[in-house]
Amino acid sequence: MQVLEGLSSSLQKALGKLRSKGKLTENDVQEAMREVRLALLAADVNVKVVRDFVARVRERAVGQDVQKSLTPGQQVVKIVYEELTELMGGTQSRIQMAAKPPTVIMLVGLQGAGKTTAIAKLALSFRQHQHRPLLVAADVYRPAAIDQLHVLGRQVEVPVFDMGTSHNPVDIVRNGMQEAERQGADIVLVDTAGRLHIDEGLMTELEDMKAAIQPMEVLLVVDAMTGQDAVHVAETFHERLGVTGIILSKLDGDARGGAALTVRQVTGCPIKYVGLGEKVDGPLEPFHPDRLASRILGMGDVLSLIERA
Amino acid sequence: MGLFDRFKKGLQKSRSSLVERLGGIFKSRKLDESVYEEMEEAFIAADMGVETALALVDEVRALAKRNRIENAEDLPPLMVEAMRHILEETPSEMNWAKEGPTLVLVVGVNGAGKTTSIGKLAHHYLEDGKRVLLAAADTFRAAAIEQLLAWGERAGCDVVRHSQGADPAAVIFDAIQAGKARNVDIILCDTAGRLQNKSHLMAELAKIHKVAMRELPGAPHEVLLVLDGTTGQNGLSQAKVFKEVVDVTGIIVTKLDGTAKGGIVLPIVHEQGIPVKWIGLGEQMDDLQPFDAQAFAEAVCRP
Ligand SMILES: Nc1nc2c(ncn2[C@@H]2O[C@H](COP(=O)(O)OP(=O)(O)OP(=O)(O)O)[C@@H](O)[C@H]2O)c(=O)[nH]1
Ligand SMILES: Nc1nc2c(ncn2[C@@H]2O[C@H](COP(=O)(O)OP(=O)(O)OP(=O)(O)O)[C@@H](O)[C@H]2O)c(=O)[nH]1
Ligand SMILES: [Mg+2]
Ligand SMILES: [Mg+2]
Repeated sequence: MQVLEGLSSSLQKALGKLRSKGKLTENDVQEAMREVRLALLAADVNVKVVRDFVARVRERAVGQDVQKSLTPGQQVVKIVYEELTELMGGTQSRIQMAAKPPTVIMLVGLQGAGKTTAIAKLALSFRQHQHRPLLVAADVYRPAAIDQLHVLGRQVEVPVFDMGTSHNPVDIVRNGMQEAERQGADIVLVDTAGRLHIDEGLMTELEDMKAAIQPMEVLLVVDAMTGQDAVHVAETFHERLGVTGIILSKLDGDARGGAALTVRQVTGCPIKYVGLGEKVDGPLEPFHPDRLASRILGMGDVLSLIERA
Repeated sequence: MGLFDRFKKGLQKSRSSLVERLGGIFKSRKLDESVYEEMEEAFIAADMGVETALALVDEVRALAKRNRIENAEDLPPLMVEAMRHILEETPSEMNWAKEGPTLVLVVGVNGAGKTTSIGKLAHHYLEDGKRVLLAAADTFRAAAIEQLLAWGERAGCDVVRHSQGADPAAVIFDAIQAGKARNVDIILCDTAGRLQNKSHLMAELAKIHKVAMRELPGAPHEVLLVLDGTTGQNGLSQAKVFKEVVDVTGIIVTKLDGTAKGGIVLPIVHEQGIPVKWIGLGEQMDDLQPFDAQAFAEAVCRP
């Protein structure tokens, strides 16, 4: 992409200009951070998050020793990379299991984010690990949402509970719990309808569903292509529902996925999985903070240099 | 409530919406460099990207100078003007076949709102007294055909379909034959969502496009790219690649009933020269509106 090419060549130039060795000066850091800011914005990290991040890293970087094999500019990028990786949450975290089964997991998010697909992938992975999941079809709004869940349920060989579209989702999930008990299911995965975070009625509905079934996990599904608005979405879903983890979908595309950093920052919740395809026959992938950090920075050349240093 | 009011209302609900921000930024302030810096940040926060944000700020600055403006409060109309200039570079009317059915191919990445937008377009043209036919050429995604059938039923028109897994080009072929035989005015073709970096899926789309060109003179008369309004900078890559592969003629921006501003369309229109033709503002049949550059720019940035 033109923007990115322009960016990396101007970055090279900025980095090349800084040749003094020894400690990082105010000036070294200033120049490199300007380029880092552009990279983060081009990756859709929220402007405010970028501003705070840049300020903090700048402060931390000034006065640090420059490694022999790096230029000051590269040293700054190294610090940025480490900070980003750290921010996105060190070790990967798994799904929490309830002390007394079934473990209930609700997936929530905007329309088209990838909830239903992620449910099927999770179900497959649980089944492969000797669990007995049940899928509950609580999207009564989107045309053919229940059909979709049935098709996917068949593909991953996991049963689906539905009550059609004429009951309200709170009743559906309550009945789904009873069905889980009857079947001896130890995991219940609830597919909710996509909704806007500003849709008061539908957000209340989610709160009611949550209250009715007390899920162990409320996972927010976020599309990797999301732009600046991710901050509002994450804030509201987290405030209303107490999100416990994030699934970043559609990372098999060429989006740089900076929204993930925003969502991570805003909710403080770990990114638990990433979605890397439409097909449900491969389970969700665990999340690697370092990979996403380098993707967000989009400075592959510089980063591989740094890794070797 | 008109649709654009709904758009504006959505924007206002966002806690730090551009609208609010600008109101705060500009109130009783002298025009100095800090105003322009904050304006740049506000444009970036609306997903316009750094380059376009800077270009817009420059244009506002020039307009302010020309109009001898001294108070920041007087800037918003200039911002609207600057945005409108970009958005009006290309005309946004739909293109119709001179005779016989008009074929509209609807494309885009996964989950953008293609199928829903087709349902809305069908409703729009049926209301307009047109004969409409839908083609279910997403044969990949689970229950995509059932979803389109539900929309056909809601809107009140027929759907040409094969079974899941069938060749989508064959569906288009059949839809064109049926459309000609039944003398319909417009055929709206749903396609499977695909990410633009998947070359095999893009090649499949090129094949669908070719079949349409071969079977119906002048077709496809429109290739509409559906763009999720919450999309960030990746929207540019979507527009660029889809345009290369199937010569996109227009954009439908969806989900503008939320707090996202859809600012990514500005760099797209500017760099790719693809006009925005429709905007989607909800999940119901009548939540679709022809694009209006002035209203859009106002909704995005009037304080
Ligand atoms: N390429 C790719 N496509 C995905 C991924 N996850 C989901 N999709 C696709 O994105 C589209 C939307 O996915 P769904 O799972 O239906 O999303 P949803 O959040 O349930 O949507 P609603 O129920 O309408 O709100 C479908 O075409 C999926 O195949 C992913 O990780 N990669
Ligand atoms: N709020 C809102 N939701 C929308 C709008 N347009 C579509 N949606 C919702 O977005 C989700 C995805 O819409 P679809 O029409 O299935 O998207 P698609 O592009 O056909 O998806 P795939 O076929 O899976 O690639 C559904 O839940 C729709 O109801 C809109 O303008 N506003
Ligand atoms: Mg769904
Ligand atoms: Mg579809």
